[in-house]
Amino acid sequence: MNKLSACSSMACGISLQPKMVLASLRVRKQGNGRCTNVPRNVNLEKLQNNYLFPEISKRELQHLEKYPNAKVISLGIGDTTEPIPEQISLSMANYAHALSTADGYRGYGAEQGNQALRKAIAETFYKDVAIKDTEVFVSDGSQCDISRLQLLLGSKVTIAVQDPSFPGYIDSSVIIGQAGNFQDKTGKYQNIEYMQLGPQNNFFPDLTVTPRTDIIFFCSPNNPTGHAATRKQLQHLVEFARDNGSIIIFDSAYAAYISDDSPKSIFEIPGAKEVAIEISSFSKFAGFTGVRLGWTVVPEELLFSGGFPVIHDFNRIVCTCFNGASNIAQAGGLACLSPEGFQAICAVIDYYKENAKILVDTFASLGLEVYGGVSAPYVWVHFPGSKSWNIFAEILEKTHIITVPGSGFGPGGAEYIRISAFGKRKHIIEASWRLEKLFSKGKPLCNCLK
Amino acid sequence: MSLMNNLSTSMISSSSSTFFAPTSFNSSRTQSVSVPLKSINIVKCVATPQEQQNAYKTKVSRNANIAKLQAGYLFPEVARRRAAHLLKYPNAQVISLGIGDTTEPIPDVITSAMAKRSHALSTLEGYSGYGAEQGEKALRAALASTFYRNLGIEDDDIFVSDGAKCDISRLQVVFGSNVTMAVQDPSYPAYVDSSVIMGQTGQFQKDVEKYGNIEYMRCTPENGFFPDLSKVARTDIIFFCSPNNPTGAAATREQLTRLVKFAKDNGSIIVYDSAYAMYMSDDNPRSIFEIPGAKEVAIETASFSKYAGFTGVRLGWTVIPKQLLFSDGFPVAKDFNRIVCTCFNGASNIAQAGGLACLSSEGLEAMQEVIGFYKENTKIIVETFNSLGFKVYGGKNAPYVWVHFPGRSSWDVFSEILEKTHIVTTPGSGFGPGGEGFIRVSAFGHRENVLEACRRFKQLYN
Repeated sequence: MNKLSACSSMACGISLQPKMVLASLRVRKQGNGRCTNVPRNVNLEKLQNNYLFPEISKRELQHLEKYPNAKVISLGIGDTTEPIPEQISLSMANYAHALSTADGYRGYGAEQGNQALRKAIAETFYKDVAIKDTEVFVSDGSQCDISRLQLLLGSKVTIAVQDPSFPGYIDSSVIIGQAGNFQDKTGKYQNIEYMQLGPQNNFFPDLTVTPRTDIIFFCSPNNPTGHAATRKQLQHLVEFARDNGSIIIFDSAYAAYISDDSPKSIFEIPGAKEVAIEISSFSKFAGFTGVRLGWTVVPEELLFSGGFPVIHDFNRIVCTCFNGASNIAQAGGLACLSPEGFQAICAVIDYYKENAKILVDTFASLGLEVYGGVSAPYVWVHFPGSKSWNIFAEILEKTHIITVPGSGFGPGGAEYIRISAFGKRKHIIEASWRLEKLFSKGKPLCNCLK
Repeated sequence: MSLMNNLSTSMISSSSSTFFAPTSFNSSRTQSVSVPLKSINIVKCVATPQEQQNAYKTKVSRNANIAKLQAGYLFPEVARRRAAHLLKYPNAQVISLGIGDTTEPIPDVITSAMAKRSHALSTLEGYSGYGAEQGEKALRAALASTFYRNLGIEDDDIFVSDGAKCDISRLQVVFGSNVTMAVQDPSYPAYVDSSVIMGQTGQFQKDVEKYGNIEYMRCTPENGFFPDLSKVARTDIIFFCSPNNPTGAAATREQLTRLVKFAKDNGSIIVYDSAYAMYMSDDNPRSIFEIPGAKEVAIETASFSKYAGFTGVRLGWTVIPKQLLFSDGFPVAKDFNRIVCTCFNGASNIAQAGGLACLSSEGLEAMQEVIGFYKENTKIIVETFNSLGFKVYGGKNAPYVWVHFPGRSSWDVFSEILEKTHIVTTPGSGFGPGGEGFIRVSAFGHRENVLEACRRFKQLYN
C-alpha cells in the first residue's frame, strides 16, 4: 500500500542517471495502425525525468532487491510516521459511522469546503490578519492545489521559483506549458526564473538581481533548505511583488515547525493581501499525508491586471475541476483545530523537531556544513564540490539510508543532500550512528567521490 | 466599502453551495436553510463581480481561457437559484431533484470499514502516510476483478482517484491544449468546461450556444440519443457517457461497436464515462472494454459516487489500457501516471478502505440495494410524467428522467416548476444546446420527497 509497491508495477526504466530515464521510457513507434492519431502533449515531453519522489521510491526498491536483508531507513520522502492523535481519528471514525444514519448522511459538500472547517482554519491560522472564511478553500492537499492554481493561471504567465525548491512548482509549470524547453547546459527550463538560495545569501534570494515574473513561488519554512524567511525578508518579497505587479504563491506547509518568531503566514506582512495567495496542508501538520487535506487562501483583494478578482476564477476552477475534499478528512481537520486536537498535534511536531535536532547535531559534530532542521523537518547538508546523486548513492550503498539528492530540487541543490526528520526516534538514532561511522573515517566523503 | 459588500454578495451568489454545508458536523439536515438577509442579484445564469477601479491591481493577466466561460459551473448555478428561492419563500418545503446528489445513508459494512481504517491511523501498526498515487493495490485489484473480469484489464491499468470530475480535468491536463474534442449534446458540463479551461476551444458563439472548436454530437429522441457518426467530424478525443447523464440513454452493444470503429478509423481516443453503469437495467455493455478493439482507443472513467453514496466521501477510478498509444507510440498510461504523481497525491486512504468494502460481496449486495431504491424512485417519476402526457426519456438505465417541453426555454420551465411547486430540477440547456426544451429530473431523494414531488407535478400539469 505504499509508494514502493506502486512503483514496481509501472515499467520504469532502470538508470542511475535520472536524465536517461525519459529516453528509456520512449517506446518504439508501433506500426500497423495500433497507435491513435492523437498527438502526445508536447509539454509532457519536456519533462526531464519522473517526478522526484517516485524516483526515490524506485531507488529504495532497487536497493532492497540488491540487499533483501538490509535494514533500510527512509529519510528521503518527507512521509510522516507517527500515528494520528486519537481524538482526531475518533472524530473521523464517528463521522464515517454517521454516514450510515439518516441524520448523519451527507452527500456533496461545498466544493470550497465545509463551512465550519473554513471558519476554523481562518480563526486558527489567520485570526490576526483578518482573512475571512470565505477566502479559505479546503482541498485534498497542496500538491493538488498547486496544479489547480496553474490551471487557473494558464500557460501564458511566467514564474519564478526558489532554487532549490519543491519540484511540484516547476513540474506543474512545465505541464501547463509555461516553462519552455529544458536546457541541458544549465539544468534549467528556459522560461522559469530560478532564484538562487545558498549560505552566501542566507537562503533568501537577492531580489535586486531577480527579473520580474508574473508569479513567484515561495516556500517558507523552505523545503528543502529548511530556512524560515524573516519578517524583514518577507517584507522585501512583498514590496518586490507590489513593485512588479506579481503574485506570490506562498507555501506555508511547514509553518507549524517554526521555532522563532518568523512569520507563519505571508499575510502577516502589510500589503500582502493584494499580491499573495497562500497554500498550506494538514500533511506535515497532522500526519494527514494519506488522509489528504489542505487549503488555499485567496484574498478578495487580489486582482488580475484588468481588475478581475482572482478568487472568482479560483472558485470556478474548484467548482469545475474538483468536487471538494473528502468529508471524512474534513471532519478530521476540524478535530485537529480543536484545542485538544491542536495540542496533541503539537506534541507530534515536537517529536519530529527533536528528530531534526538529533540529525543536525550529528552532521555538525562531523564537521559538515549543515543547514535547516530548526524551523523545518528537513536537514540540508552541503558537500562542496560533489554531485548530489553520487552522495545519495554512496550513503545508500554504505549505510542503507535513503535521503534525497539536492539536485532533484533544482540546480541550486547540486551539492546538497536533504535528510528528512520524519521517522521513529530509534531509526533516527540508528541512522545518526550509521552516518557518524560513514563520515568520520578520516577522509571527507566529498574527496572520495571526485 | 460598498464595493467590498458587493463582492461579498456576489461571492455568496457564485459559491452558494456553501449554504448547504451543515454549520457543524453534527447538525441535522433541514429542508429550509437559513441564509443571511442580504439582497442577492438574481441574474439568469451569471454572478459577475464588480471590477474595482481604484484598488491595487497586479500586472498578471487573467487567463483568457477562463474568461471564455459563460457562466458559473451549472450545478452551483442551480444551487444559487435554490437559495434565492428559499429567501423568497423561507417556509417552502423545497424538494431537490436538481443536482444529482445521493440522499440515502451508506450501508454499514462500508462505513464500518472506513471507521476501522480511521481508528487504525492512531495505532503504530495501522498508521500509514503517503499511499501510492495510483491507489492502494488491494483496491485496484478488487476494481479489476469486479468490473473488468475477463476483459483483459489488469490491476495496474486502474488509477484510483477522488472522483470522476477530478479525473476529467486530469485527463485534460494529459491531453493539453492542442487536441480537439467531441461531446454528446447534451452532456455532463464538466467535459466542455474543462476543455475551455484547458484552452482547447474557441470563443462561445451565442447564436448557436456552442464553443468554437468543439464538435457537438447531437443526441435526440429522433436518433435514439446516439449520434449519427456519419455526420460527426474527426476529433482527437470523444467524450461519451453511457448510461447518459442527462438523457438516461444507454448505448447498445451495436452502437458502441460503431463508436469504437469510428474511433479506430479516425485514430481518436474515447473517454468513456461509465459512472452510472450499475443502474443499467437492459442488457447493454457496462464497460467500453466489452467491445473488441476498445483497449486501443478508449479510456474509461467511473465513480463510487452514485453507487455507494460517496458523493461527499470522494472516490472514483480511471482505466487506461497499456495498448492505448499516442500517435508517436508513447503509452497514454505513462503520461497519466506522470500527471497522477505530480498533480495529485492519491485518494484519501480512509475513502479507499471504504471502496474496498464496497467491493466485498456484502458491500456489492448492499450497494445494489441502494441503487435499486433510487431506481424505484426513477420509475415513480417516469410514471408520473407519462401519466401527465409528457414525452419522457431515460429513467430505465440511469437515475435521471429527461422530460420534453417542446418549444419552451428550459430555464423558463425550471423557474416555473420552482416557483409553482418548490421543486428544483435542472434545465436541459445547462447540458448544451441539445438540451434546450428538456428538463432533467434526478431520482435521488427520500421516497416520501419523491412521492410528494410527484403529487405536486400532477397538480401543476393536470
